[in-house]
Amino acid sequence: MFNYLKFIRTRNFPHIWCPGCGDGIILKALIRAIDGLDISRDEAVMVSGIGCSSRTPGYVDINTLHTTHGRALPFATGVKHASPDLNVIVVTGDGDATAIGGNHYIHAARRNINLTVLLYNNYIYGMTGGQCSPTTPRGDRASTAPYGNIEPPFNTAGLAISAGASFVARADVYNVKRCEKMIRQALEKDGFSLVEILTPCPTAYGRRNRMANPVKLMEWLRDNTVPVQKWEKLSPEEREGKVRVGVLADTEKPEFTAEYRKLIERVQGE
Amino acid sequence: MSVDRSGKVKMMQGNQACAEGAIAAGCRFFAGYPITPSSEIAETMSRNLPGIGGKFIQMEDELGAMGATIGASLTGVKSMTATSGPGFSLKQENIGYACMAEVPCVIVNVMRGGPSTGMPTLPSQMDVQQARWGTHGDHSIIALVACSAQETYEQTVRAFNLAERFMTPVILLLDEIVGHTTEKVVIPDQSDIEIVSREKPEESPEDYLPYRETETGIPVLAKFGTGYRYNVTGLCHDSTGFPTNDSEEIEKNIRRIVRKIEDNRNQIIDYREKMTGDAEVIIFAYGSVSRSARSAVAMCREEGIKAGILEPTVIWPFCYNKVRELAEQVNTFVVPEMNLGQMAREVKLGVEGKAEVVSLNRIDGEPIKPAQIVEKVKEVV
Ligand SMILES: Cc1ncc(C[n+]2csc(CCOP(=O)(O)OP(=O)(O)O)c2C)c(N)n1
Ligand code: SF4
Repeated sequence: MFNYLKFIRTRNFPHIWCPGCGDGIILKALIRAIDGLDISRDEAVMVSGIGCSSRTPGYVDINTLHTTHGRALPFATGVKHASPDLNVIVVTGDGDATAIGGNHYIHAARRNINLTVLLYNNYIYGMTGGQCSPTTPRGDRASTAPYGNIEPPFNTAGLAISAGASFVARADVYNVKRCEKMIRQALEKDGFSLVEILTPCPTAYGRRNRMANPVKLMEWLRDNTVPVQKWEKLSPEEREGKVRVGVLADTEKPEFTAEYRKLIERVQGE
Repeated sequence: MSVDRSGKVKMMQGNQACAEGAIAAGCRFFAGYPITPSSEIAETMSRNLPGIGGKFIQMEDELGAMGATIGASLTGVKSMTATSGPGFSLKQENIGYACMAEVPCVIVNVMRGGPSTGMPTLPSQMDVQQARWGTHGDHSIIALVACSAQETYEQTVRAFNLAERFMTPVILLLDEIVGHTTEKVVIPDQSDIEIVSREKPEESPEDYLPYRETETGIPVLAKFGTGYRYNVTGLCHDSTGFPTNDSEEIEKNIRRIVRKIEDNRNQIIDYREKMTGDAEVIIFAYGSVSRSARSAVAMCREEGIKAGILEPTVIWPFCYNKVRELAEQVNTFVVPEMNLGQMAREVKLGVEGKAEVVSLNRIDGEPIKPAQIVEKVKEVV
């Protein structure tokens, strides 16, 4: 069996996540992905914002930086730009990344700075008790949308692609193998690499939306995610209500810290 | 303007002097967002940093600029950001983060008139209390001021030294007049500049506690990437750096963070005084206003009025003891400032009722002239 303990700060257990929360599944997938790549723990930094998802770094035995709500990407940008040899992983929630941190999200993607970003999308504000998020589906209930949400959700992965990210994938915690594979590919990619990971929040989301039982949420992920290859063959009607998963964009683009290194060489050469 | 540290005399703006001073102090990372009247600091850094292997980045806003500055500093690189009024407001949450996580960095605010967008191109001193209390929660802060391009250069170096020594964000308050006035700056030889850099942990990673209780209260934070895999958070934490709900640990840590500055007040506080020995009235002035105040003192003396001047160069922590000492001797303090009396409040606290404190305020974007100060002095003597 895989030995997670070498990456885990067991002193911080038990973790804060509720029974049935998907965040721990992502933590394990991330650890397996890191281990598979032989990344040095001393030279890896994990940066997060605020939220249930953003508590992940506390459990991982690398350099960890738990910042302010929405600002993980700027802090991570500072770390990476100042010390490009460090391997920087960002963990953020849907609210953290696309509401309060939305501006940083599009600009970090535009800059194509070499960060690996894991966006845990649970369609809700988990930590603060189930308020509406920019990814809450229309019609779903939240503590601040007691009559059903009337706003359309963001396509978070699409947002990163159009802003300029070089690698964008979507995964879910039901299919953990795919999730781990997407994280590994993102870690390997030079450039802004996003993995949006669909993860159940039974407590704050499921309970209000007839899926209080965590199994229901996992079944929902199983039944409604469609791998990209299969997606291509679906008619618009068949795509209705389904979510595309897999690698959504993988392109070669100039990476920010590499470009800055060239700039330094150019200036120093003058 | 090129980087030159050969002890030469150069003409430059206060904002440029700030950038030059930062580089001399060892600053190798700058993140900013343009705003008048501070943009020349970012522009100078963008020009000068790459040549010495430093990093510049224009962020998408001031919240981002503050975050990037802190992130860079955690990797051991001396870091700075610069802004003005509205941008200073936006930086506040992460300034508090730097206080709580004890990350050294320098925040420059070239003050312009407010509130709100206010007067982008005109000077004020309206942010001196915001510098003290702008971020939420109990904390201490170090804030410096400067009255000229020369002093801006020197105070920027000092800001970095204090930040690194006390492991805390340090705010440097300039005003539009100081930032934009081009004047002579004597740039000292690099070898003559005192440079302080943060300490490195002596213990092994296994024994390392980033926020442990020390005699001075000042923590030793390892650079990221050097084998000390610790946790940094803005949540209340214990000596390990991990969040805690233990009320004893919470209180102990916050008190330590405040104490490391308050208990060392005497090593941080600094001021200049002139002609205070026989003075009957003290003009308390800081920033660009202190230049008018010096002329006012000379004018008063010519007319036989015994005026003296107290000019703090560090405004937070505030020099209450010095003010109290002078209050024993003089009848009145006159406090000219380009706001509605923000530092006069502190002077009033300092005098403890032993002297009168009279404000002279200007909030119309115009500088306070020496004659105005003299007039005020004449009213009170
Ligand atoms: C500036 C600021 N505003 C609001 C909050 C309160 N807050 C904490 S977490 C959170 C939402 C988190 O939601 P999300 O990012 O989706 O993460 P999750 O908890 O669902 O993993 C909010 C609004 C805060 N900490 N800081
Ligand atoms: S509230 Fe939701 S996201 Fe937060 S720990 Fe519980 S299940 Fe997970």
